[in-house]
Amino acid sequence: MSATLDKRHKQHKRHKGYKGYKGYKQPAAQTQGTRTGRPHAAWALPAVAFFTFFAVVPMALAFYLSFTRWDGLGDPQPVGLDNWRKLLDDPRLTQSLRLTVLLTFASWAFQTVVALLLGVWAAGRQRNRAVLSAIFFVPFLLSSTAIAVLFYALLDPNFGIIQRDVLGSSSGAFLAIVFVGGWQFIPFHTLIYQGGARQIPQVLYQAAAIDGAGRYRQFFSITLPQLRHTITTSTVLIVVGSLTYFETVLILTKGGPGTDTAILPYLMYEAGFKSYDFGYASAIASFLVLAATGLSLLLVRMTGFGTMRSTREGM
Amino acid sequence: MESHRGRSGGGSPGSRTFSRRWVLGAGATTLLTTGLTACGSGSGSGGDSGTITAFVYGDDAVKVQEAGVARFNKSATAKKAGGTVKLEKVPGSDYSPKLRTAMGSPSAPDVFFNWGGGSIKAYEEAGKLVDLTDIISDDPVLKDGFLPAVLAAGDLKGRHYGIPMRGMQPVILFYNKSVFAEHKLQPPTTWDQLLDNNAKLKKAGITPFALGGADIWPELMWLEYLVDRIGGPEVFKRIQDGDAEGWGDPAVLRAAEMVKELVDDGAFGSKFTSVSFVNGGAPAVFAKGKAAMHLMGSWEYPTQLGKFPDFARNNLGWAAFPKVEDGTGDVRNVVGNPTNYWSVNARTRNKDLAVAFLKDCASQAYAKDLIDLGDVPTTSNAAELLSSAPNPEYARFQYDMVEQAPAFTLSWDQALGDALGTKMHTEIGKLFAGKSSPSQFVTACKGLK
Repeated sequence: MSATLDKRHKQHKRHKGYKGYKGYKQPAAQTQGTRTGRPHAAWALPAVAFFTFFAVVPMALAFYLSFTRWDGLGDPQPVGLDNWRKLLDDPRLTQSLRLTVLLTFASWAFQTVVALLLGVWAAGRQRNRAVLSAIFFVPFLLSSTAIAVLFYALLDPNFGIIQRDVLGSSSGAFLAIVFVGGWQFIPFHTLIYQGGARQIPQVLYQAAAIDGAGRYRQFFSITLPQLRHTITTSTVLIVVGSLTYFETVLILTKGGPGTDTAILPYLMYEAGFKSYDFGYASAIASFLVLAATGLSLLLVRMTGFGTMRSTREGM
Repeated sequence: MESHRGRSGGGSPGSRTFSRRWVLGAGATTLLTTGLTACGSGSGSGGDSGTITAFVYGDDAVKVQEAGVARFNKSATAKKAGGTVKLEKVPGSDYSPKLRTAMGSPSAPDVFFNWGGGSIKAYEEAGKLVDLTDIISDDPVLKDGFLPAVLAAGDLKGRHYGIPMRGMQPVILFYNKSVFAEHKLQPPTTWDQLLDNNAKLKKAGITPFALGGADIWPELMWLEYLVDRIGGPEVFKRIQDGDAEGWGDPAVLRAAEMVKELVDDGAFGSKFTSVSFVNGGAPAVFAKGKAAMHLMGSWEYPTQLGKFPDFARNNLGWAAFPKVEDGTGDVRNVVGNPTNYWSVNARTRNKDLAVAFLKDCASQAYAKDLIDLGDVPTTSNAAELLSSAPNPEYARFQYDMVEQAPAFTLSWDQALGDALGTKMHTEIGKLFAGKSSPSQFVTACKGLK
């Protein structure tokens, strides 16, 4: 590894030296050149340590807890597979799974369509687009709790803005969650698509225009195929995000009406912090981790994202 | 558990905090979702050996405990016991999870606020509580200081683990006097009268009852009273004692059917499942005359006093829950929260100091502080203090209601504890939302474990 690093350093030096020879006035180039290139592995240490302490260790602990009974007091008692069996027998799991899948799909459809269109639009270099896309980005900067509280007030059946009982009906509450999630995260995905769309070589559009392709044809034949990897990236983020979506449900509906918006993360919260059945909550959590990992791997494989085939092949 | 928080949030004048600034509630939720672990690290009993820590539910009523702690720390008793008490106020909706996390950690409190009964069952089973039974019977101040029924209401298996430290919180049928006067109605004393009132109110375009269905626990109050009026307090007692078949009692099914009739009939309006008490929605609907009545804990009065003072002073009426014609329950029976309690951690550094501190709750000065806040203390000396209450009439009503009650049924969720209570909430939410039928409700409750 260090051999390759050295090689790269040398290449960089040569490259910079060449620039110098051409007469660019870059006094710092020489020193800069020695600093660029791949950093030492130790640089990754803070990030790895952070990830280990705050992601890997808690995940491992949750997995361990899923084989115990623990109410938060005293020591966890090992109970073998009890929690996992209970998970499979839980009648609420089926509904919860269905809701989670539905929410994931609805969020994906809503966010992808809107973010894709907005992103492609925002990729234009016009000034008004630059200003508006900056404004569109604002919701993503707010905390999701603040957003949920805000919408909860707006949707109040008696004192809200529309004075309709949105959160009181199963479909209304579900759609409200999809909408609020979209409102928050569409700006982020718009940004991804904006970046992606700006990467598409203008040559393609120019060639298409010469061939007589109109706007729509250009969009479907150039923009969309060229954004293939961007769509996958954004999709994986949306899917994993939706699977772990929680605060909005807690604040907007508390899983209601009845249990009609009680998605898996909410079920987990209820088991853990309302029933104090941390073993069972950990089983749900572990199940979620497995499902989310499996699903994103599947997505990456299905879309061929993993092989990283260039969108520019043959150009 | 949610109900506890919401309830005691209301429970005592905490609702004032919520109702004035319900955003605070949501802020607390943020804390809950983000800072739970961080929460566990407050200053616990790890301080100097003389100081003990008391966790208390941090709402407006906490003023009384603050004053109590200040008074106690200066007293000769504290000096004799060799230390002082440090009060740690935990924001309302965070209280239960934080207490749970802290009790499992080295920074556990020495003394802590709770709801008695099921809310401390897990702590008792884990051997974390000091059994106060003998201490109370050996100490005249504690023994004679409180209404016996209230002291007993927080018991576990006939043993005392808590000392009453806040006002009584019975559930009362509140009504809007101006709406009643306008439509020439009387507060219902029987179920038929209640239905009759409902019909008249609906004709006038007024929702008969405000109901914060989003919180679930206000819905629970209806079942608690209906089951009591139909079958008496024994029905729930059986369930509370661990017999899940008790849910199969015909009184439970009947009560669930009556609930369904009310819901289908529009007695709560059409939007109640998304109306909340905690954020002030239900009290506002009631105060503004959109709804004529509100079944709620006694904290409704201070809540309204905070939000709609004119309404609270002039137009808020109160009555007992009506009788159900062929029911066997005594109309004087009460449901709700007898009060809140202090319990002592078995691993406290200074048990004598902790017990000495609990005794202050029986003092005249402490009761006076509660009275001034609008609460009715559960001390034996409360009766003579009632006339100095901000609203003596209301204080007297509450006191008599509780004192004369043949039975005081603890709120079911608190009696059953967190695990069962949460699941029961889910079933009640489904019943009221029309997602399950009364018989499905009964079957589901029988299967709770």
